[in-house]
Amino acid sequence: MTTPSNAIPESSLASQVLAPGTISAGQRLYWSMRRELWESRSIYIAPLAVAALFLFGFLISTIHLPEGMRTALALSPAQQYEIIEQPYDFAALLLMATTLVVAIFYCLDALHGERRDRSILFWKSLPVSDLITVLSKASIPLVVLPLATFAITMVTQWIMLILSIVVLVGNGQSVAPLWSHLSLFKMAVGLLYHLLAIHGLWYAPIYGWLLLVSGWARRAAFLWAALPLLAIGFVERIAFNTSHFADMLKNRIDGGSEGAAIVASNMSMDSLAQLDPIHFLISPGLWIGLAVAAAFLAAAVRLRRYQGPI
Amino acid sequence: MASIEARGLRKTYRTTVALDGINLRVEEGRIVGLIGPNGAGKTTALNAILGLTPYQGELRVLGRNPWTERDQLMNDVCFIADVAVLPRWLRVSQALDYVAGVHPRFDRAKAEGFLAKTSIQRASKVRELSKGMVAQLHLALVMAIDARLLVLDEPTLGLDILYRKQFYDSLLNDYFDRSRTIVVTTHQVEEIQNVLTDVMFINRGRIVFNCSMEELESRYQELTVRPENLATARVLKPMYEREVLGRSILLFDGADRQHLVELGEVRTPGIADLFVAIVGNQAGQAQGAAS
Repeated sequence: MTTPSNAIPESSLASQVLAPGTISAGQRLYWSMRRELWESRSIYIAPLAVAALFLFGFLISTIHLPEGMRTALALSPAQQYEIIEQPYDFAALLLMATTLVVAIFYCLDALHGERRDRSILFWKSLPVSDLITVLSKASIPLVVLPLATFAITMVTQWIMLILSIVVLVGNGQSVAPLWSHLSLFKMAVGLLYHLLAIHGLWYAPIYGWLLLVSGWARRAAFLWAALPLLAIGFVERIAFNTSHFADMLKNRIDGGSEGAAIVASNMSMDSLAQLDPIHFLISPGLWIGLAVAAAFLAAAVRLRRYQGPI
Repeated sequence: MASIEARGLRKTYRTTVALDGINLRVEEGRIVGLIGPNGAGKTTALNAILGLTPYQGELRVLGRNPWTERDQLMNDVCFIADVAVLPRWLRVSQALDYVAGVHPRFDRAKAEGFLAKTSIQRASKVRELSKGMVAQLHLALVMAIDARLLVLDEPTLGLDILYRKQFYDSLLNDYFDRSRTIVVTTHQVEEIQNVLTDVMFINRGRIVFNCSMEELESRYQELTVRPENLATARVLKPMYEREVLGRSILLFDGADRQHLVELGEVRTPGIADLFVAIVGNQAGQAQGAAS
């Protein structure tokens, strides 16, 4: 940059001395992601609240635990599993459902809220590109929420286990059946895989679509996100009497064959055997979905350049 | 080097022409007031300069194309769009953290210093601050950025007179130096008259007047004429005439000061009066031409 430095020697000298450090794109992405967490505190408050509520319910249920264990021991291994492990699976499912809802509402507001409250003018006054902004917002449902859900679920399950042990030991019962039927480590691996594969990768086009709509719609982003999909399904039904589009959406929401397998096995101890990352990673559904997600996000980046306050 | 250079800058929204071929050049180290009625194209012009809206024509800001290089441009340009753009959920400390995190020229200590002079608490959220405090916060953030161009679009809108005065005082005393350029639009024209080095009038998407304050002071004079001299004064061809409390006030372009002093009180006209004279005259001529 050529400044007429001869006209203003002292100030240009000063700016040379205080040569501004450069800030990498990574740093900008990091701070933009932190900004998202400041703004949308529901990202961690909602799952924490659900976990707390669940633990409260579980604490009350431990009243029946010693009795339940005694009956369980008389039953077959499959039934023992039902009684012992089910609450842990249920905790994981409940937290996953919570973060799915949080992710959907987060995405619908992410690029809409900043236009609604005019703060987009402030964000755009800073040297952060639209690409980094959109990526920081997309990273919340794709990376941050799955990892946060994993961490919160782990802590919740360990607290449940500790509570159970305390109650059983307090009643003078053996904790051996608990150990033999619960494998929190295996459950953790299954959960992490499910969260990253299904919530992070398989659902990416869903989040991409929601982000795009939130960047485009002037109001009622939820309706704009849902109604066109329903409309396409209906038109296809009426025009061709087929339901390919609806089937495709259903497959996407079900989590495809991988997700379906995991949900069906209810993430039981045996489910690790059913995890097939290779099969998942080479499935065309995954890669088509990721390509569609990338296209939606690219459109959202481009759109943000044109968008101002509404 | 010119901070802003525009040639044939045009912007149309469907049927309305917001910018109708603007040519302008803002040199480094100037404080330019962009004055115009509502809908004249002020904000559109600023949005084009800031890379917030696409345009036709040629526009260079600090040597860059603002539309394609907005994020790089914002390393050297700051703007305050109006007082209400800081998000209400943001904490003061978070605002400092974030700007420090993404802006290479942000001097956090400087911003803290400005905030120390106010009653703004670090832990407050923007929604808890008064309108004036939000403007102070935004100004503190912006003044701590070592930018070369600062754009202010109605920065004091909705603030009371004390805050407005303070705003421009700190801008001049703590921020401005001759290596920076400031472009400001406001409706409270009289308050910034002695802040500006240049003034531009914009009307119907065109720059209709562009003049430095020195030139303005030497060229334009306002005469509060004594009633008995009114006829004599009118012979000197005032560009505009108005009546205040029964006394005629005449505005002259390039009249002989010595001559005018004999006819009444002479002073430099306010920008607002000059604006009415120039833009009002043109509107009158346009109407005359149309009828």
